[in-house]
Amino acid sequence: MNYQYNIGCSLNNLKGIREFIRNSLNEQGIAEIEMNTMILALDEMCSNLMIHAHHCNPDHILELHIDVPEKGKLIFEIIDDGNVFNINQFSSDNIGDLIHEKRKGGLGIRLVKSIMDNVEYFTRNGKNICRLTKQL
Amino acid sequence: MVHIKRLQESGNDIIAIIGEIDASSSIELDLTIAKSVGDGFAKILVDCTALEYISSAGLGVFMSYIEEFQEKEIRMVLFGLKEKVANTFVILGLADLLHICSSKEEAKKLIDELSV
Repeated sequence: MNYQYNIGCSLNNLKGIREFIRNSLNEQGIAEIEMNTMILALDEMCSNLMIHAHHCNPDHILELHIDVPEKGKLIFEIIDDGNVFNINQFSSDNIGDLIHEKRKGGLGIRLVKSIMDNVEYFTRNGKNICRLTKQL
Repeated sequence: MVHIKRLQESGNDIIAIIGEIDASSSIELDLTIAKSVGDGFAKILVDCTALEYISSAGLGVFMSYIEEFQEKEIRMVLFGLKEKVANTFVILGLADLLHICSSKEEAKKLIDELSV
């Protein structure tokens, strides 16, 4: 099963992304807690890209693809042509440091790495592909 | 989107979050907590019974107040989290750093104990 959703880089569109993922995976029999973590990881990845690679320009488009090649295996791809924002370049900040510095950011990368089995980056036809894989 | 209400009860400022907190709406939570602090409340209860979703942006707001609240002796207790919402706190290890209760009654009891 393949699903695709194109969205402008506005944070107001994050809700639409969450609804797209929920509707696409609705038939997969995924438990609510697990579904919520998938939605959360994609929300974090898309909001990071919107903010850091596209400066929240709603004219810039993200393509979100969901592929379910076999039962229990989920492949998400986020395709764009902005600057590459590779979360593998960042180490997960120590939570104690974040608290001490009163920083509100830095948690999203930690969440994505905790939830997904694999996060990889490559280019295809001149576009950036961020692929997130999860085996349920 | 999110709707946030405040009401006062027995010296507690109760912040009720209705809906979803993400990167577009976390500022509203931040402003509400800042307003509660600005109004001088030392006991803040966060009613999460109608909170359907929270992303790292919202968690970051709670986290950013931890040290300030310790310095100012302000107590904050969250209550009524749905399992899927509570799970997000657990993944990040924030469940151990914040005070979280099941019910409003437990939260009121805990905040009074913490304030002694």
